[in-house]
Amino acid sequence: MFKLDLQPSEKLFIPFITAGDPVPEVSIELAKSLQKAGATALELGVAYSDPLADGPVIQRASKRALDQGMNIVKAIELGGEMKKNGVNIPIILFTYYNPVLQLNKEYFFALLRENHIDGLLVPDLPLEESNSLQEECKSHEVTYISLVAPTSESRLKTIIEQAEGFVYCVSSLGVTGVRNEFNSSVYPFIRTVKNLSTVPVAVGFGISNREQVIKMNEISDGVVVGSALVRKIEELKDRLISAETRNQALQEFEDYAMAFSGLYSLK
Amino acid sequence: MYPYPNEIGRYGDFGGKFVPETLMQPLDEIQTAFKQIKDDPAFREEYYKLLKDYSGRPTALTYADRVTEYLGGAKIYLKREDLNHTGSHKINNALGQALLAKKMGKTKIIAETGAGQHGVAAATVAAKFGFSCTVFMGEEDVARQSLNVFRMKLLGAEVVPVTSGNGTLKDATNEAIRYWVQHCEDHFYMIGSVVGPHPYPQVVREFQKMIGEEAKDQLKRIEGTMPDKVVACVGGGSNAMGMFQAFLNEDVELIGAEAAGKGIDTPLHAATISKGTVGVIHGSLTYLIQDEFGQIIEPYSISAGLDYPGIGPEHAYLHKSGRVTYDSITDEEAVDALKLLSEKEGILPAIESAHALAKAFKLAKGMDRGQLILVCLSGRGDKDVNTLMNVLEEEVKAHV
Repeated sequence: MFKLDLQPSEKLFIPFITAGDPVPEVSIELAKSLQKAGATALELGVAYSDPLADGPVIQRASKRALDQGMNIVKAIELGGEMKKNGVNIPIILFTYYNPVLQLNKEYFFALLRENHIDGLLVPDLPLEESNSLQEECKSHEVTYISLVAPTSESRLKTIIEQAEGFVYCVSSLGVTGVRNEFNSSVYPFIRTVKNLSTVPVAVGFGISNREQVIKMNEISDGVVVGSALVRKIEELKDRLISAETRNQALQEFEDYAMAFSGLYSLK
Repeated sequence: MYPYPNEIGRYGDFGGKFVPETLMQPLDEIQTAFKQIKDDPAFREEYYKLLKDYSGRPTALTYADRVTEYLGGAKIYLKREDLNHTGSHKINNALGQALLAKKMGKTKIIAETGAGQHGVAAATVAAKFGFSCTVFMGEEDVARQSLNVFRMKLLGAEVVPVTSGNGTLKDATNEAIRYWVQHCEDHFYMIGSVVGPHPYPQVVREFQKMIGEEAKDQLKRIEGTMPDKVVACVGGGSNAMGMFQAFLNEDVELIGAEAAGKGIDTPLHAATISKGTVGVIHGSLTYLIQDEFGQIIEPYSISAGLDYPGIGPEHAYLHKSGRVTYDSITDEEAVDALKLLSEKEGILPAIESAHALAKAFKLAKGMDRGQLILVCLSGRGDKDVNTLMNVLEEEVKAHV
């Protein structure tokens, strides 16, 4: 279970990477870079054959990780390796429901515990279908992260009331991916969520530059950034894989990630 | 009384709504609209008028006397869904969902398609209703079914080739759902089979159930009795669900024929019930073909319409409860059945429907002459002529 106790001046920066993209050992280094860049927590994505809620950038990352032989068990173990190698921010496992469903529940939660995974986020498991998994998360001290969307309407209050860790506020209709601009209706929506919530509210889906971060930070508690970072990893992947250029590429990645961080404005 | 789906959209353990939060509200809206129209006499009148005047229902029930004689067993009756407008049962559902979309004030239709039969049906009704229509089709299927792609375009639809995954029906469905998540405020997603999140499996069943209702009445008039066995092919399972629905509470044996491809002991099959395990695909808990870590495996069948790694959740329930028996039929058996029906009855069935025929022919031989077997002939085979030419030419080559 993790709690994100924020000072008024602090903002959440929750990056997403796909476990095993471009190769498992680089994922560990990327997690360390993100921590250095000021990440509050890390979403670690489990590669899946049919990522319904993801746009092309994360679909390609999934494909690269699957080509590396990744699966849900290896992704959890990779999270454990991150923790062993100095990552001490909370790690949230981001996985579609089907891979979870295939594992014996006791085994799944034992794996999470052994590997010090702090949270779980399942993008295709709405409130109505998630009761039993949420209960199990509670009893195993794993924080279950809930999402709200602009279409949640009457469901908003119920979802927010039971939210733990933080509320993941989906900025707009559609799948994950970089967006140049947001529909103006997103701002009142985020304010509504913020007013209802007793836990921090992080805005995700489409956040891809510093201006958007500043804007979202004004009305929420911070941001989740996925596709923009994953696209950067894709761009750097050959240099990240090669031992000679790795450190330089990691530094470049860290500098890039810094732009999304809540620490940035404090410096 | 058969209680499914229950209030949370489950058929026993199966079904439900496993979708991103964004889609929960749109699904609720469809559910509400569907509840309102389902038993509304004005809706039924409009729907049945379209089925009659536009699609040509009721479809015929044909006694296949020459095949019956040749096999020497049970009398074989064919429910002729191939005689529908656009050549298959898919139009029944497309017309129903178009009316539902109209009721909801939506004029933009999204559809997925494998072989192109549902895509053609969706494009057709969109033209008739004055809707726009975007059809998602895997790039592999676009190449295999170029004639149907052209048909959809002629009908005014936009066909979007899907390059993600392996470029087949599963990926086309993923992409249609992704597009829907983004455009759910003004688009209606017209699903082609009894798959997907609740209420879709129920909606599609409702708009296919006339198949079984008509066949039951027709057979009663001709033979004065119920069939002993009813057979239908199953990919997602919409024609089968439409046929079985009328017989669930009767003392009739129900059999679904799924695609065994090159054989269920090879990796090349689409036999979801025979070889699948429980999981979630396209928003529904059901059986699917997957590896031990829940990665979905691309299926294979000669028939693009049965080439799907999942199956409707109600079929999953009917299998588990034992009410329906599911068996698999290989490519080769389906092609043989297709040839037999063509030669003996002058009816070229769709390669999908030929799976049901192959199973029915096997069963008929072992039954008494007085017994009756009813087969859903879900579509006609014109679309498969190219595929068949290739298969038969290869057979000839193999023998040279």
